[in-house]
Amino acid sequence: MKESIISIRDVWMTFPGKRQGEQIHVLENVNAEVARGEFVCIVGPSGCGKSTLLNIIGGFLTQSRGQVLVENAPVNGPDRRRIFVFQENGVFPWLSVEDNIGFGLRNMPADKKTAIVAHYTEMVGLSGFEKAYPRELSGGMRQRVEIARALAANPDIIYMDEPFGALDFITRLKMRADLVRIWQAEQKTILFVTHDIEEAVQLADRVFVMSTRPATVQKEITIDLPRPRDLDSKGYLEKRDEIFKAMGMSLKIGSPADAGGNGGRNPEPTAAVEQT
Amino acid sequence: MNRAGKILLPLAVTVVALVGWHVGVRLVKSDLFPTPMDVVRGIIELAQAGLLLKYIVASLFRVTWGFGLAVVIGIPLGLVLGWYSRFYTALNPLIQILRPISPIAWIPLAILWFGVTDAAPIFLIFLASVFPITVASCAAVHNMQPVYVRAARNFGLGTLELFQQVIFRACLPQILTGLRIALGIAWLVVVAAEMIAVNSGLGYLIIDARNAGKRYDLVVAGMVMIGVIGLGLDCLVRQLEKFDEVRWGYASNAR
Repeated sequence: MKESIISIRDVWMTFPGKRQGEQIHVLENVNAEVARGEFVCIVGPSGCGKSTLLNIIGGFLTQSRGQVLVENAPVNGPDRRRIFVFQENGVFPWLSVEDNIGFGLRNMPADKKTAIVAHYTEMVGLSGFEKAYPRELSGGMRQRVEIARALAANPDIIYMDEPFGALDFITRLKMRADLVRIWQAEQKTILFVTHDIEEAVQLADRVFVMSTRPATVQKEITIDLPRPRDLDSKGYLEKRDEIFKAMGMSLKIGSPADAGGNGGRNPEPTAAVEQT
Repeated sequence: MNRAGKILLPLAVTVVALVGWHVGVRLVKSDLFPTPMDVVRGIIELAQAGLLLKYIVASLFRVTWGFGLAVVIGIPLGLVLGWYSRFYTALNPLIQILRPISPIAWIPLAILWFGVTDAAPIFLIFLASVFPITVASCAAVHNMQPVYVRAARNFGLGTLELFQQVIFRACLPQILTGLRIALGIAWLVVVAAEMIAVNSGLGYLIIDARNAGKRYDLVVAGMVMIGVIGLGLDCLVRQLEKFDEVRWGYASNAR
């Protein structure tokens, strides 16, 4: 394995509960390594603490125990060399598209900044929308602005917390294809949290599968499928099933029609793959 | 509703109200209460005497200073109160006690401190507008989406930059709503203050016209001018809400 850029070592996280003295154990003994230039997805059941883990790695939360090393140094708050792309979209609504994308380049000479902003505006397919404001854009376009803003700051690592969760199915597929294309061009390290197993198999070099709470990385699965990935190929389906199985889920929905009770109507899914 | 309707309907209602006013005065055969035409003549008389412009300027001058000071102090104070919870805990009770005291109640103290000068009404207008501005700014910080601050911190902004480039900008739509309310109150208070604390302005015009000869046409003329200018000020602030920098914050005009 290549040089490790992120090392997660025995990380534990406990939050105080609603009642006095109550403790909620979210993360327990999390250990993982991410290599430079790698695309890693973290998947896990809803509410398992994968977002919490990413926020700890990103420096927005401090773990209760253990250590996170990035570039061999302990994480001590957010850092401009590692940009976070937020689930709830952190694009500034009071700035135009180009001002948002150039936000991380505040102290740069104007001409250089203009060139970088133009480059990334084009890369995410927003040419022609430079002067537009976020409220005039669709959800997918706003998420592109945030990705371009992250890339323009030229970080070593990009953390993404379910960035496509709020988008419709078609837009999500398109965004994934674009993200992989950009990642291949830019050679960044990407750590990507999702609850969508298909998304993880489409994107990642490796997938960390987390358990239910208190969560730990229960399995690491290498996705050694060639890109562009064929979503119908045997290899793709096998990897997908492997993750499903690791998460303890069945791929069959509903009970048999003759199972009595509700007669097959209104079937309860055995495996609820949560959708946003 | 179409464009013509939006103009014609309120215009028609205004005309009906004016006619009603005229007929009402004629029916009760009042010697003192003016008809709309008396009021228009009163306004013309004031304009010709050079008093109308002078008094309007005097009132606007005081509002500009009092309101301006309140903006300059209230917005930063509110943002800091909203951001630093310790500061909020320490200062908020004091603000909540001072806030419900009507600025009118401060008139005796204002005269005691500043005498019959412009400073007295300016002080009162400042008091009237600084609380709504502070409270609106503070509430705006509390309602702000935390993701903006997290993103800004990620890009390495220092505290001052964070306030200027993110917190202030994120709060601006709500602050602007606070300013609109505060300006409305300031305009109410300047009239009251001028009735007691100074010898010029639209408030003084009203009280002087009554005291100096029961000129109710001039009293109502003053009232009409106050209404018209108040409407104008509100329209002015509303124009600010159309800028792209704040328009995102108002749900009603999504595009």
